[in-house]
Amino acid sequence: MQDLLYFSQQLINGLTIGSTYALIAIGYTMVYGIIGMINFAHGEIYMIGAYTALIAITGLATLGVAWLPVILIVALVCAMIVSSAMGWAVERVAYRPVRGRHRLIPLISAIGMSIFLQNYVHLAQGSRNIGFPSLIEGSFRFGSSEGFQMSLSYIQITIFVTTLICMTGLALFISRSRTGRACRAVSQDLGMANLLGIDTNRIISATFVIGAALAAVAGLLLGMYYGSVDPLFGFIAGLKAFTAAVLGGIGSIPGAMLGGLILGVGESMTSGYLSGEYKDVISFSLLILILLFKPTGLLGKPEVEKI
Amino acid sequence: MAAKNFGHAFFCAFITLIISYPIIGFNLEAQGIDVTLTGADTTTIVLVLLAALVVFLFQLFRDQIMGALKRVPMPSSDANKEPMAENKRAKIESWILTGIVVFALFWPFFVSRGSVDLATLVLIYIMLALGLNVVVGLAGLLDLGYVAFYAVGAYTFALLSQYLGISFWLALPIGALLAALFGLVLGFPVLRLRGDYLAIVTLGFGEIIRILLNNWTTLTGGPNGIGGIPDPTLFGMEFGRRIKEEGNTSFHETFGIAYSGEHKVIFLYLISLVLAVFTALVIRRFMRMPVGRAWEALREDEIASRSLGLSRTAVKLSAFTIGAFFAGFAGTVFASKQGFISPESFVFLESAIILAIVVLGGMGSQIGVVLAAIAVTILPELAREFSEYRMLIFGAAMVLMMVWRPQGLMPMRRIHIELEKQE
Repeated sequence: MQDLLYFSQQLINGLTIGSTYALIAIGYTMVYGIIGMINFAHGEIYMIGAYTALIAITGLATLGVAWLPVILIVALVCAMIVSSAMGWAVERVAYRPVRGRHRLIPLISAIGMSIFLQNYVHLAQGSRNIGFPSLIEGSFRFGSSEGFQMSLSYIQITIFVTTLICMTGLALFISRSRTGRACRAVSQDLGMANLLGIDTNRIISATFVIGAALAAVAGLLLGMYYGSVDPLFGFIAGLKAFTAAVLGGIGSIPGAMLGGLILGVGESMTSGYLSGEYKDVISFSLLILILLFKPTGLLGKPEVEKI
Repeated sequence: MAAKNFGHAFFCAFITLIISYPIIGFNLEAQGIDVTLTGADTTTIVLVLLAALVVFLFQLFRDQIMGALKRVPMPSSDANKEPMAENKRAKIESWILTGIVVFALFWPFFVSRGSVDLATLVLIYIMLALGLNVVVGLAGLLDLGYVAFYAVGAYTFALLSQYLGISFWLALPIGALLAALFGLVLGFPVLRLRGDYLAIVTLGFGEIIRILLNNWTTLTGGPNGIGGIPDPTLFGMEFGRRIKEEGNTSFHETFGIAYSGEHKVIFLYLISLVLAVFTALVIRRFMRMPVGRAWEALREDEIASRSLGLSRTAVKLSAFTIGAFFAGFAGTVFASKQGFISPESFVFLESAIILAIVVLGGMGSQIGVVLAAIAVTILPELAREFSEYRMLIFGAAMVLMMVWRPQGLMPMRRIHIELEKQE
């Protein structure tokens, strides 16, 4: 019974982290699916989302607003607006001019952008990590009081529910709306979509904006979950999310969700049963192994090399 | 004309405000567990508004500005000049290079200790950048974990000297070879991957090495690092005031001169200079050998090269291994210069700096890379008050270079044969 509870605890922790990875991974996978580049600065956009949410929360606290739903919604909306604007601007400044050039050029440009954004926040807000109020306290507890107690905190439930809402919304948007259909068309064949009268530039911008908005949601949720933010907050999370995207098959949206969950659970099992210090090693090794043996990921389509 | 752009310009200015005002205009301050929010000072806010205004005006008159820029004649008129004859140019270049090296040999005796120390660091970066240039610039493999090989070199020397008492000169080839071995072992499975996947895998590898160094406390000392790394010796002569090891003599006593701390600094500088020149020469030879041509051929068109019978794995692996070898070299020198190493020195940012050097200098071009290494290391030292903006400027420079001049400031000039003009 104890073992089962411990296992379920790790599973819950893993699913919590994994669902936020999935939210960030969407941004990687949609951009890759459409223009075939790794948006290296995506982790930084997520970090900026977390910072904006924190600024909004602190601002509201200074103004004396104490009603939780208002705080959460205002923080979420602020974070999404700023992150989306950032995603749009990054695409416009750093990626659109180099689109279609040799593969390495957009990637180096993206790395430059990532360094730039990291230091932009570093200079504006300092390099120290800043405490993030958890806002949603409390938890359900299971198990006997003397042995191991499994806890399912409210924040974890919030993370699940929010992720679920976002994912459903995204799935509906992609499959039903006009823009969503255009997105799918552009990812299948950019040139042809352009010929058929789709404004591909607008669709690509929309992809960046959607990815950034979801990353901002993840930023707020993970900020509350971890309890602090710093300018390097986005780098490792971005790398993990990218791993999740690759694991699920880059370019595939359900793949990103699946990959995020698997990675999250794998990580929390590692830190639960082996050692917390090596959980990053596990996820990077996982990334390397997948790329070596199944580069298309779990749900990805094989890429045909054209001459 | 301007009216058509008005909506777009307004939108761009608005976006500029959104992305800059919340982050710059408010400062989060942590006091204990409480976080307070303060507004930034008036100057900052005025600057943010000014930036939005500039964006607005630029976008509004975009067509006119771009048109005016196109009409401005290019400052360099090199385009119309006959290119200098190949052999003549090579001769001039080699004279200039020899002159620079001779100057660099005697220069440290006339300047302060601090500048020599900085120059040693520059030389280490030159070695690293030249090595990465082989991988990224010539072979076109984006390696984001290059710093891992640098770490392997540095830690090899530190561990060997700590546990076995091996000296610098023995550790130098061992460190470089071990780094090369790491490159070989990592490269073998990984090089089948396409460009951007390769970049991410190498990045992951670099992080794994750093995490291992950080957590394998019994061997590497973890975050505390390893100290007491010995200085290099000159034929068994030590540069310290007192002799640390049995059987060695000290430099100042052998030559009967007064002890000076500068001797050691200058000696390290000279070693780095010799090694950097060695690195440059070896890579220069490689570039002209068939394998060097094969790197570039594979970078330009992989499918065509493979159909001409080049072995993709062998060619890429050779570039990867050679790059790693020189990183190991640089790592050993670095460990000896610092006397202390910790995983702090081998973070991703370091890889990014080296990559920035290669990109700014012009991928593939040796002189460009050397000049960029000098500029990137020395400029922040000269402008100390701006040094916190260093990485911000790096990032921006990388983006701008990719947008405007992806071939770098001094692009590699290809040795080529031109057809004679037909009448």
